[in-house]
Amino acid sequence: MSSQDNSKDNSEENLPQQPEGADSGALSKRDDPFANPGLPPHEHRVQDIDEQAAKRSERAVAGLFTLSMLSTIGFIVSYVSFDIDKIVYIFPIGRVSALNFSLGMTLGLALFCIGAGAIHWARTLMTDVEVAEERHDLDASPEVREEVLAGFQEGARESDIGRRKLVRNTLIGAVAMVPLTGLVLLRDLGPLPGTKLRHTKWAKGKMLINENTLEPLRPEDISVGSLTFAMPEGLSEEDHDFHNEIAKAALMIVRLQPENIKDKRELDWSHEGIVAFSKICTHVGCPISLYEQQTHHVLCPCHQSTFDLTDGGRVIFGPAGHSLPQLRITVNDKGYLEAMGDFAEPVGPAYWERG
Amino acid sequence: MSTATDTRRKKAPAGERVADWADSRLGVYSLAKANLRKIFPDHWSFMIGEICLYSFIIIILTGVYLTMFFNPSMGEIVYHGDYVPMQGIRMSEAYASTLDISFEVRGGLLIRQIHHWAALIFIGAMFVHMMRVFFTGAYRKPREMNWVFGFLLLVLGLFTGLTGYSLPDDLLSGTGVRFTQGAILSAPVIGTYLSMFLFGGEFPGHDFVGRFYSIHILLLPGIMLGLVVAHLIMVFLHKHTHWPGPGKTNTNVVGTPFLPVYMGKAGGFFFLVFGVIAAIAAVATINPVWAIGPYRPDQVSTGAQPDWYLGFAEGLIRVMPGWEINAWGHTLVLGVFIPLLIFPLLLVSIAAYPFVESWATGDKRHHHLLVRPRNAPVRTGFGVAWCVSYLTMLVAGGNDIWATHFHLSINAITWFSRVAFFVAPVLAFIVTKRICLGLQRRDKDKVLHGRESGIIKRLPHGEFIEVHEPLSSDELHTLTAHDQYKPLELEPEVDENGVVRKPSRSEKLRVKLSKGLYGEDTQIPKPTPEEYKEITSGHGHH
Repeated sequence: MSSQDNSKDNSEENLPQQPEGADSGALSKRDDPFANPGLPPHEHRVQDIDEQAAKRSERAVAGLFTLSMLSTIGFIVSYVSFDIDKIVYIFPIGRVSALNFSLGMTLGLALFCIGAGAIHWARTLMTDVEVAEERHDLDASPEVREEVLAGFQEGARESDIGRRKLVRNTLIGAVAMVPLTGLVLLRDLGPLPGTKLRHTKWAKGKMLINENTLEPLRPEDISVGSLTFAMPEGLSEEDHDFHNEIAKAALMIVRLQPENIKDKRELDWSHEGIVAFSKICTHVGCPISLYEQQTHHVLCPCHQSTFDLTDGGRVIFGPAGHSLPQLRITVNDKGYLEAMGDFAEPVGPAYWERG
Repeated sequence: MSTATDTRRKKAPAGERVADWADSRLGVYSLAKANLRKIFPDHWSFMIGEICLYSFIIIILTGVYLTMFFNPSMGEIVYHGDYVPMQGIRMSEAYASTLDISFEVRGGLLIRQIHHWAALIFIGAMFVHMMRVFFTGAYRKPREMNWVFGFLLLVLGLFTGLTGYSLPDDLLSGTGVRFTQGAILSAPVIGTYLSMFLFGGEFPGHDFVGRFYSIHILLLPGIMLGLVVAHLIMVFLHKHTHWPGPGKTNTNVVGTPFLPVYMGKAGGFFFLVFGVIAAIAAVATINPVWAIGPYRPDQVSTGAQPDWYLGFAEGLIRVMPGWEINAWGHTLVLGVFIPLLIFPLLLVSIAAYPFVESWATGDKRHHHLLVRPRNAPVRTGFGVAWCVSYLTMLVAGGNDIWATHFHLSINAITWFSRVAFFVAPVLAFIVTKRICLGLQRRDKDKVLHGRESGIIKRLPHGEFIEVHEPLSSDELHTLTAHDQYKPLELEPEVDENGVVRKPSRSEKLRVKLSKGLYGEDTQIPKPTPEEYKEITSGHGHH
């Protein structure tokens, strides 16, 4: 780095002169029309010269403090007198909780009046004479600097850290290594990823259960133009891992006209035009829930990734990086829709090991 | 009579005796000597930092209250509480206890809303406070470290906000947590591991509310409290900056004493801020989790937005094209990972600016006088460009809201945002710089020719002239008090002795930066006393 010699080269001459102090002498002041004229004379406020005005200010401040006391009493009264579920109409806000409104307003007023009173006091009755105070740079004097550096060197010498390299190096090693224990302890924060993100609860023969009715779905339940949400058979809200499983297994089902399906594999994996896609957006994992009936596009409401369900769940707009995974379905001998296996690829957002 | 004076001498007033007691043990007199009558300059813009401090205190006070009732558990229960619409619904205990705070604890809703409003105001005030410091050059030596402290407070504030609003485990915040998890997954190599370790397994698991809780109430606020104290100590040590003006110099500070004036104003202002936030919490609902419902990973509501301060991260992720590179059995999720990198880069750029500037200028002097934004056009332009890119992404983060409220195409808004992310900051920079230069010209004009009085005079030979009033010496000084830097020049490659010396790359960069900051077209030379005297001495000039 050459910044050191740089700072030598252009030490000061490129820098503008620092403005001189106010007391830099009458000579330069006369000479320089832009010189600092010094602090202007103090202008008296009305309270400084008129005791009547000062008394008025005093009364205003005291009035504000008194109002604050009354508000605090109002707060306590509100707390004990309003039921927590009482709703009142307040113009122009509308229907609000009486307790929340009265507590908040009285508390707000009690605090505000203390503040307003104190500030009014400071502005009208306390001094407003501006005074100048010298600044002192934080830099220590050269003597102090020398003393500290000498002290440090003496300490370092007495410790022998410079001479006894073995002690120094092993100390550095020990201090550098000991945080590893903390790092190791973090290991049990969670399990290793393994192939957890690759698999869902779907498996061959699992029926598609309507999320709302909790009944198995039949092809005739799926009408054109509607979006149906399903979960795998055997998954229940009461399950300990329900959230983890539904976060991957959530399914959306639509009925298309088979001739409208542009993607050959999608057609093969459908049943009489009924197609089942993962509901979890391949962008960052929001559940997709908006369906455009005319175009058979689905839109993720979080970041507006748009997928074409007639074309293999292809991304047609937005930040998602790959198509929605499709679940291969068929109808079992009882006439219910069932999966022919798990998703062929991981559902949800992409990740390093996805491939 | 003498007995009375004796007893008074023996028994100092109670206050003094307490102070004496404390002094022997805590050394309060030496502390107070330096600080009790410390001079604080007055300007409205210095008040914004106070709003940050006071809202931070309010957040801590109300937050402690909330911990008494909040249950940070993801254990599932069926709700049987007072809020009828949710009865019989499965939810986590975290969500249920949030409902209890809102509907069963008297005043609980108020405190919850004060807490949330204060958090929004805290972060908003930090942004504005940083803008004040940036645009007036208050971050320059010796205050660079305090700029960094403040920057860290902003970043930690963002994450404390995120971990805080995720705690109720409602549908909206859960969706935000899912987004966070999806973004973490995009990190090459370590993404899945980070996600598994953060959530104790697969998303959502049963751990994140408890973990976010300890991060939100202990880890982050603990660090922030330390930083706030350090920040304030530094303000006291450096003494506050002040604006140039009559009597104000780089070596003094002009204002009123801490006790009583500043204490009255600033102390009173705490109550003012607290009172206003309490009133806002009384009338304006914030984060009505009861209307949103508990989180389920397969459900979502439309119009999902983070709290405003993370809107720019949301925007980055929304406008980024979905690039993915698949090779050798691995996936590089650029579409998510690039926004994840831009987010910290955008933040770090403002933290680094003071150091870049001081390196480019080579200015190692102390600066206690503020600079009007117009007198540093490139700095001001850069700051405005930063704000514009932030705002562009904030707008993009609400592209669905714009689309539904103004009946616009979401695709068009997204494309607009993509272009605007690159174009708008550049335009903002150019426009801001030009405005600054224009204002500098006007200042120069005012100094040399005086203020337009609006009086038209007709001279005997028929000419009309407008009478200009000369400025007072106070105004003349104030308008010419700013520094004007000269850009660095590369030293000649061959010096007078014929020795060839090639400038290093960092030297070249430094000169380039310096020229960019102070070179041609970056400032209007301020009027010199000679110019002034020449113009004011002859009476024919106006």
